Amino acid sequence: MQIGNLDIILIAVTTASACALPGVFLVLRRMTLMSDAISHAILPGIVLAFFLTHSLSSPLLILAAGATGVLTVVFVELLQKTKLVKEDAAIGLTFPALFSIGVILISRYASNIHLDIDAVLLGELAYAPLNRLEVFIADLNPLFLYVILHIQVLLQGYFSFSFDLGPLSLYVMGGLLILNLVFILIFYKELKLATFDASLAATLGLSPVLIHYGLMTLVSMTTVGAFDAVGSILVVALIVGPPATAYLMTDSLTRMLILSVIIGCVNAVIGYWLAYLSNVSIAGAIASMTFIVFVLVFLIVPNRGLIAIARRHIRQKWEFAQTMLVIHLFNHEGLPEAEAESEVAHLHEHLQWEPTFASRVVKYALNNRYVSQKSAQLFLTDRGRTIAQQALVQ
Amino acid sequence: MQALDSKAIEVTDLTVAYQETPVLWDIDLDVPPGVLLAIVGPNGAGKTTLIKAILGLVRPAAGNVLIYNKPYETQRRIVGYVPQRGSVDWDFPTNVLDVVMMGRYGALGWIKRPGSRDRELAMHALEKVGMENYTTRQISQLSGGQQQRVFLARALVQDATIYLMDEPFQGVDATTERAIISLLQELRENGKTVVVVHHDLQTVTDYFDWVTLLNIRRIASGPVKDTFTSENLRETYGGRIAFMKNR
Repeated sequence: MQIGNLDIILIAVTTASACALPGVFLVLRRMTLMSDAISHAILPGIVLAFFLTHSLSSPLLILAAGATGVLTVVFVELLQKTKLVKEDAAIGLTFPALFSIGVILISRYASNIHLDIDAVLLGELAYAPLNRLEVFIADLNPLFLYVILHIQVLLQGYFSFSFDLGPLSLYVMGGLLILNLVFILIFYKELKLATFDASLAATLGLSPVLIHYGLMTLVSMTTVGAFDAVGSILVVALIVGPPATAYLMTDSLTRMLILSVIIGCVNAVIGYWLAYLSNVSIAGAIASMTFIVFVLVFLIVPNRGLIAIARRHIRQKWEFAQTMLVIHLFNHEGLPEAEAESEVAHLHEHLQWEPTFASRVVKYALNNRYVSQKSAQLFLTDRGRTIAQQALVQ
Repeated sequence: MQALDSKAIEVTDLTVAYQETPVLWDIDLDVPPGVLLAIVGPNGAGKTTLIKAILGLVRPAAGNVLIYNKPYETQRRIVGYVPQRGSVDWDFPTNVLDVVMMGRYGALGWIKRPGSRDRELAMHALEKVGMENYTTRQISQLSGGQQQRVFLARALVQDATIYLMDEPFQGVDATTERAIISLLQELRENGKTVVVVHHDLQTVTDYFDWVTLLNIRRIASGPVKDTFTSENLRETYGGRIAFMKNR
């Protein structure tokens, strides 16, 4: 279990990073539903590739799933182009159809092997380290084998049939992480333009269609690589959650990409430890963390967070009331009725305000030095007069 | 340099249809170099579609478009495009300078990153539209007029010969409208061809020297003083043009 722990964290962090990168562009393109669709629709591709290779760890599985993912995108777009079906309905029609083909194939031809649907949907990170990349000694050159055997015997004093190179998922996800990173680094400019203004990209000859399918291929391959380790539900959480969180925090695409990876990793590590401490599903804990972190950021992020917005609303309310008060005093200033109109005790009657509200507004305006109070009368300060004049001019 | 007698844009027999419903019927249009041309017509007349067809963004059902006698694909570098302001998501995480730099992406081609020279050109274009103090401003924090200026700067940085603009005056204040039109007139003085989808019939004679009247068919096209007649307008807008008689 000792090694398993570190392996799980490494797999989770690598998967989170690999998913967050293309996720940024899905979120900006408003295509996050597509990741959900792809994560399910790739099943028939995986099943068919499994029938061909009889192995769950073959790289052909990832390629086949990638192709099925792109096929999903094509189907959805074809349906949409008829203009008889909207995008959300087109997605809802396409992926259950493809997914069910996969389910039928499994139940008809492969019910006795390890390709069970629970694992597809939920995944189980805890088991991910168990599937290890091993080099079997039988595959090696006899001379090499001879040398290795002697070294092994000398060093460790025991006999082993294979070398452990670490969990397979770590290699798969590490490879996909590098692939995604390289794609984004090379085509950063094209991805940005195709996402922000596809028609300009098209007129400049930087085919947004190529970029679109390139991105969708990466999403498909990343999804299938991740689903073996973490299940399709967590894949969607990893693809959508961290970029949506980062989107609230920054105004720069580069920073959004970096923040997404960091948030994804933090979610993975905290989620893992929570699962470890309370002995629950790791995938479930990480997905929950993803949502919790989003909500936290949603609440506290400066300027556009809910708390900041609420505070702005409250401030605006008091400021508006203060302006009303100042204008009221200004309108009656120097006139015979001024004394009656500016009496603190009767202000609420003139303005038809609640007495408590009126006294709070007076206090607010006094604090801001827009008015001053002499005995029971309110007077405009110079500052208050300027504010009133400005407000009336607007 | 292009030959003087060649046409900047030549549209022949262009028909565009969505689902067998024609949006443009057999359009013929010649745009001579160095004019400031307004495309006017009622809503749904196909003005935006015409621009998009010239740019190869919509596939025509029939007909052909030539830019200085060559297909658009070979002439990308000399055509600048200003799409409708509402066609992009202004909440995209980027700033003003970055958007203007996008105008350089065509010249850069695939993969190559913009450098300090592109930055200089972008800054220069921003100065031209009076937005040089907004370089690091997030684009969602711009007013409608400022967004339009940024789009214009992005087209200027392309250093094109022909500019196609889709409603650049839409939703901008009077000051910005004057600033934009004087910029477009300056482009024409420098020998550029500027084609503008335009809505406001009142300003056509003041702003433009050529006009194309469009309502699915091309009703008329030519110099404003010969073409912008009440007869042609009546044909373009049907009966809905009564207010023009007051002029």
